[in-house]
Amino acid sequence: MTLELRNPVMVASGCGGTGRELAAFADLAVLGGFVTRSISVGARPGGPQPRVLETPSGLVHAVGLQNPGLDQFLALELPWLAQQRVAVFVSVVGRSLGEYAELARRIGLAPGVAGIEVNLSPPDVAGDGVFDVREPFHAASVVAAVRRELPRGLPVLAKLRTDLLRVAESARSVLEAGADAVVVGNALPAAMPDGRPAGLSGLAIRPLALRCVAEVLAADPAAPVIACGGIADTADARAALDLGAVGVQVGAALFRDPTTAARLAAALAHDPAPIEEETR
Amino acid sequence: MRATPTAPREPLHVAGELLDNRRIGAHHHLTVVAPGIPERFRPGSFVAVSTDPQLLAPRAYWIHRLKTSGGYGATLELVVEPRGAGSSWLAAQPAGTRLAVSGPLGRPFALPTEPVDCLLVGEGYAAAPLFPLAERLRERGCPVSLVVAARDEAHLLSALEARRSARAVTVVTADGSVGRRGTVADVVEDALQRSGAAVVYATGALPTLHAVAAAAEHAGAWSQVALEQPVACGTGLCQGCAVPVVGEGGHTRQVRACHDGPVFRGDRVAWADLGVPG
Ligand SMILES: Cc1cc2nc3c(=O)[nH]c(=O)nc-3n(C[C@H](O)[C@H](O)[C@H](O)COP(=O)(O)OP(=O)(O)OC[C@H]3O[C@@H](n4cnc5c(N)ncnc54)[C@H](O)[C@@H]3O)c2cc1C
Ligand code: FES
Repeated sequence: MTLELRNPVMVASGCGGTGRELAAFADLAVLGGFVTRSISVGARPGGPQPRVLETPSGLVHAVGLQNPGLDQFLALELPWLAQQRVAVFVSVVGRSLGEYAELARRIGLAPGVAGIEVNLSPPDVAGDGVFDVREPFHAASVVAAVRRELPRGLPVLAKLRTDLLRVAESARSVLEAGADAVVVGNALPAAMPDGRPAGLSGLAIRPLALRCVAEVLAADPAAPVIACGGIADTADARAALDLGAVGVQVGAALFRDPTTAARLAAALAHDPAPIEEETR
Repeated sequence: MRATPTAPREPLHVAGELLDNRRIGAHHHLTVVAPGIPERFRPGSFVAVSTDPQLLAPRAYWIHRLKTSGGYGATLELVVEPRGAGSSWLAAQPAGTRLAVSGPLGRPFALPTEPVDCLLVGEGYAAAPLFPLAERLRERGCPVSLVVAARDEAHLLSALEARRSARAVTVVTADGSVGRRGTVADVVEDALQRSGAAVVYATGALPTLHAVAAAAEHAGAWSQVALEQPVACGTGLCQGCAVPVVGEGGHTRQVRACHDGPVFRGDRVAWADLGVPG
């Protein structure tokens, strides 16, 4: 299966709210995709304050994957999103392979879903009720469990950590296990001032994210890669696409300007890259 | 159906401009051109302003009032107290500075449907949204009493204007430089009693809001408190501004201060979980 995006610009998981907040500022239908915040089987209340702090050129965050759980999500959030004429990718996170299978089975049956993004890299919840996927082998098992339960036509995106030493190996493992694309990558593992596990996002992580994209594509030039990390303007998006990425995800930049993704989508649509080879 | 970006209640993200920056006491009063936002304003809503490009998180400011500035139509007036990096940057900008502004954001004050007595309690710069609120309440026939508080005279917002917009005004400063010496907690019960208020609106620091909510509950009045949690987006996207509230069922859940608030019913905020003593 190949992943077809109407536009290369997507909203990154956890950065677009439920979709409604973002839709107030920009038409979601102009985007290549909207990725939901990570949904777990049971509701997660999220972590204590402070949850997000500014750091030079970035944000550290420890939200703790707050979400209403699968039932509430399917009943209250997905139906609205499905009507927005945007490809909806539901990000999932689980405590076990069984939970991943359940998430995939139920989300795969819900109308209006364009695919699943498997969150294989939450930076702020090490050991906190989330299946440990640091080993590429474990990441591949999760992807295989999701792929098995999902209808054939629905793509699986695997979101990897920006671990420079292992990202190419991780990409190969999850693609072999049935992922249709890899998202490279997530917030960097960081810490709050009090030492709580956190993620680092924003402009600060851009060069490392780009290096990880380059590593994956150097190892496998045909790998379908969606670049994520520090993308805030057209030049950032263009840099990733020029390396061979098929799409980009916009995250923390939306916190400063909620119209960022829509503006990038429009800019790229009006300024198409010179096509040198047949698109994948 | 898709939410239309032009629906009058939806917030906007616009390229704005700083039209005027005047220092009054410890505050800077900024006049900001932000096309479309004044038309959507309701008291208690706020704007998120991007500051120094090195700072990723926008900063939230109450909309103090709308002004008509020749040639620009309606503009926003914000009251900024310079403290840290973002507010100091903003307060130092000259007229003509371009500013990215999102707003109006958040759930504003709920207005009573009946013409009941109201008490408005504001502390420092945070008293800003109470003046347009007083106007709306008076339009509805609600008699308005006011308590304005600050640490000293320089941090007191528009005491003169307060006298024009309310029938009774209590001024209280921590150092006694103007009005009574003390804090909101010292005067709120008395003010409640004398005003006979059925609804209390409060803005200010968390302990102040908690004191007002507790006094209101004691007096059998409704309270509406405007919380200032630090925001990383202000638009509801990041879940960074969690506030614990007690739901209908009696259990506590985390909601977003910027999107589900910033105005909450005082009896619904789980003050202890917010780290407010008492
Ligand atoms: C709804 C709302 C309305 C506001 N209205 C006004 C207003 O009208 N006038 C005004 O002067 N200020 C207002 N503020 C506060 C303002 O947004 C800034 O927080 C404040 O000016 C300090 O930011 P700074 O960049 O100067 O300080 P910095 O020290 O650079 O602020 C950033 C640091 O302070 C913390 N922080 C930021 N905001 C807050 C906060 N509100 N409470 C506690 N800690 C915080 C952050 O976590 C961060 O570590 C409002 C805040 C909110 C949430
Ligand atoms: S500050 Fe981002 S959700 Fe409230």
